[in-house]
Amino acid sequence: MKILVIEDDREAARYLEKAFTEAGHSADIAGDGETGYALAEQGTYDALVVDRMLPRRDGLSVVAALRAQGNDTPALILSALGQVDDRVTGLRAGGDDYLTKPYAFSELLARIEVLQRRSSPKEAETVYRVGDLELDRLSHTARRAGQVIILQPREFRLLEYLMRHSGQVVTRTMLLEHVWDYHFDPQTNVIDVHVSRLRGKIEKGFETPLLHTVRGAGYMLKAAAGTNA
Amino acid sequence: MSRFRAMMKMTAVRLSALYLVLFTICALVLVFYITSSSVRLLTTQTETAINEEIESIGQVYQRGGIVGLVRTIDRRGRQPGAYLYLVTDPAGRIVAGNVQSIEVGVLQTEGWIERPITYERYNEGSDPQVHTAIARVIVMPNGIRVMVGRDLGEPEQVRLVVRRALMAALGIMGVGAFLIWFFVGRRALQRIDEVSVASQRIMGGDLAGRLPVSGSGDEYDRLSENLNGMLARIQELNEGVRHVSDNIAHDLKTPLTRMHNRAESALSSAKTTKAYRAAMEGMISDSDQLIRTFNAILMISRLESGYSTEIMEQIALSTIAEDVFELYEPSAEEAGVKLTLGPIDETPVKANRELIGQTISNLVDNAIKYAGVSDNPVEVTLSVEKHDDKVKVTVADNGPGIPADQVARATERFVRLEESRSQPGSGLGLSLAKAVMKLHGGTLELTDNAPGLRAVLVFPVGEENV
Repeated sequence: MKILVIEDDREAARYLEKAFTEAGHSADIAGDGETGYALAEQGTYDALVVDRMLPRRDGLSVVAALRAQGNDTPALILSALGQVDDRVTGLRAGGDDYLTKPYAFSELLARIEVLQRRSSPKEAETVYRVGDLELDRLSHTARRAGQVIILQPREFRLLEYLMRHSGQVVTRTMLLEHVWDYHFDPQTNVIDVHVSRLRGKIEKGFETPLLHTVRGAGYMLKAAAGTNA
Repeated sequence: MSRFRAMMKMTAVRLSALYLVLFTICALVLVFYITSSSVRLLTTQTETAINEEIESIGQVYQRGGIVGLVRTIDRRGRQPGAYLYLVTDPAGRIVAGNVQSIEVGVLQTEGWIERPITYERYNEGSDPQVHTAIARVIVMPNGIRVMVGRDLGEPEQVRLVVRRALMAALGIMGVGAFLIWFFVGRRALQRIDEVSVASQRIMGGDLAGRLPVSGSGDEYDRLSENLNGMLARIQELNEGVRHVSDNIAHDLKTPLTRMHNRAESALSSAKTTKAYRAAMEGMISDSDQLIRTFNAILMISRLESGYSTEIMEQIALSTIAEDVFELYEPSAEEAGVKLTLGPIDETPVKANRELIGQTISNLVDNAIKYAGVSDNPVEVTLSVEKHDDKVKVTVADNGPGIPADQVARATERFVRLEESRSQPGSGLGLSLAKAVMKLHGGTLELTDNAPGLRAVLVFPVGEENV
């Protein structure tokens, strides 16, 4: 995955470049808004990480200009601001996600990977499959190995989100955002308890674990190697 | 001298000086007007009197001829305050009269002598005085000239008396004004000097210092009281800042030290990859705590500096409360806390879903975390109720609660009531809630739940919902 980082803080940019590379992606760096816009305009990137405050051209206007051109490369906006109204303006300008500094790289990585997948056709599928787990979005049912799993509405949405992003790390904050639609930092283990309840329902009585905890980052729904994930 | 100059610079003194000058000009114009019009009046009266006297003398002459005239004039001329009489024969020799000498040429004119004339009277002893008078001269058919005049002493005296009185009044006023300036000005200067001295002391670093208040309740007192209120507020904020920075230092130092220690001990003693990994993970979780604390600090200062009302929408608090309940129910159960949903009112209020969601979550989180310390089976109740024009979101627990004398402190930034700061948390939850409620035009109330704590978010209901 080819990522363009538009960030004027050199050290932060270099750190991101290195971290993305280590995570198996490649990253280019643009030090100001104009350069970033010129690079992003070519449309060769899978995702953009855009700092909000940039020299020469601010991050929001870069994203807005790209969108106006019909360029819909997923963009994640980074900001030192990051309060309720900033998020709204950021997303309104055409950003796909918003992350406040300081952030953990694992959070940024998880979000970028999810963003990139967002544009893939999985969005449109009505049935999600991970290993022998199956979720029908139309009939609101989940089965594992043909056996119906009874889920609360919220558990269904949680599973739906995890399955849509199967094979990817999803963080607790991402779950709170997409399943509960709140954008604050879940301080205690509230999300973990929900996940472990869900895990109990989908794994109890089955040999292979599907829902994995990724230490220091979040969760990943993944079939065991060899099965279709 | 410099004190006098300082006094002259005072607004009050300048104003009163201006008034004094204006008043003096008015008084002078008035004096001039009064004296000149009263003199004119008296002169007219004198002229009328002279005319009447001439008439009467004419009658005497007609009846008794020149002899009668002379006799009458001799008699009348000796009375005190008499008219001036002078009778001359056609040759110009004085026949009768009470005038010893007179300006030359007066008798040559006939009719009114327009200007005041000077003369000397008989019978004034050894020291004859020069007087001024007006007079009329008539010429009899046989060439005898008769002059009748009247002294102008009376109108002159009136003029003099009025002027003297007004001058005296002006003088007294001037002295009075000066005394008032001096005492009032000096007093005012003294008070201002006291205030300056006190302010300099405060500027010099004595933030506990206050401006003097005399207790008279005058404008200086009011000013000092207001400034003192301002100083108290500044001191409070200043202490708040100091308190916060102390606490920030403490809160950030602890995880930083822990990270440092972890890294150090990993370097010196970790042998396996697994041990390194554990150290790294510990450091990440410490740094996450730091990030959380920073985010909370940033959020509070953003909230306190105010948001646009654009982020507010009409929303039923019940939906948010239900979301939070649903979010926390499993973890409460896990913690052995019975979380229940009380009465739920669906009145919409103007609120920001995110901020209120976070606030209620914080309160529930606090209730579970702190109530969990107590021995009794813990219950936390979340409810939304409408009372008159207020909607109240209540999070009530039966845990240890907050002692009544510490309730006010509980919402201060970074205050964690147990001094050891052993429980995880930034100590910012309640101050965040307070800031959020302030933004919503509501309040955060902390009361005793006997036992436990009752945290109530009080929202005003907008007019459109009443």
